Amino acid sequence: MSMLSLKYVVPGDDFTRAGEASSDVKHKLKQLGYDSKAIRRVAIAMYEGEINMVIHAGGGEAFVEISPEEVEIQLVDHGPGIPDVEKAMQAGYSTAPDNVRSLGFGAGMGLPNIKKYTDELKIDTEVGKGTTLTMKVFAGH
Amino acid sequence: MTVKELAEKLGMTFLAGESGGDREIEGCYVGDLLSWVMARAESGDVWITVMGNVNAIAVASLTDSACIVLAESAGLDQDAKERADQQEIPVLATEKDSFATAVAVAGYLP
Ligand SMILES: Nc1ncnc2c1ncn2[C@@H]1O[C@H](COP(=O)(O)OP(=O)(O)OP(=O)(O)O)[C@@H](O)[C@H]1O
Ligand SMILES: [Mg+2]
Repeated sequence: MSMLSLKYVVPGDDFTRAGEASSDVKHKLKQLGYDSKAIRRVAIAMYEGEINMVIHAGGGEAFVEISPEEVEIQLVDHGPGIPDVEKAMQAGYSTAPDNVRSLGFGAGMGLPNIKKYTDELKIDTEVGKGTTLTMKVFAGH
Repeated sequence: MTVKELAEKLGMTFLAGESGGDREIEGCYVGDLLSWVMARAESGDVWITVMGNVNAIAVASLTDSACIVLAESAGLDQDAKERADQQEIPVLATEKDSFATAVAVAGYLP
């Protein structure tokens, strides 16, 4: 049973708007009285994913399903895909260009953060086609 | 101690988000790489950095930092200022470097 279904368009290459979707989800979860630790985990994981779509994939879409038990987030892009997911998951690995690094991105910590803050993470990616991240955060613990 | 009290003690000025100045400070984190900060900064932290862009404001909001301190007089972008005011996230300015600021903040932590 889903309490709330949300959909967002994440524009590419617009760093000033990047983060709007995750901060909106954060607000909605607060209104729903969600546990604050779970809210923090959802918001951080979704922000990292959102920023990745902006930096690496020219934008995409975010689908969020909120139920009392869990939050499921699906981030879908039609960017270049990730050739080596195992490598991309390593802390410190980054292909972020210099202009993006000067903004504070490119530590290669985004995907490791997502892994750390979510209870489930699935990455479906195909080079030349795009990437879909599916993540879940369970409400109680 | 609140953010406002800390600012007074250390002679730091508000660049934005003054309405969030009553927030209690609970810890401190220093860093400029945003996703690194996202992994480590905790709720109530004084976050010391030189990153004054909108993304830094988002990170402060997501990690629930008490405030941002821009060390070495690092600038705050105009759109970042607007976002910080909107979200009531205090942004303080100091001429000191990150190390000296952290040392000074340490004396006021609970
Ligand atoms: N949606 C995506 N599409 C294509 N490549 C991606 C995508 N997300 C991540 N990657 C690749 O995986 C690498 C690691 O991603 P990760 O988020 O961990 O680090 P980063 O974005 O480079 O830096 P940080 O997140 O620390 O600012 C990226 O540098 C990029 O090569
Ligand atoms: Mg990233």
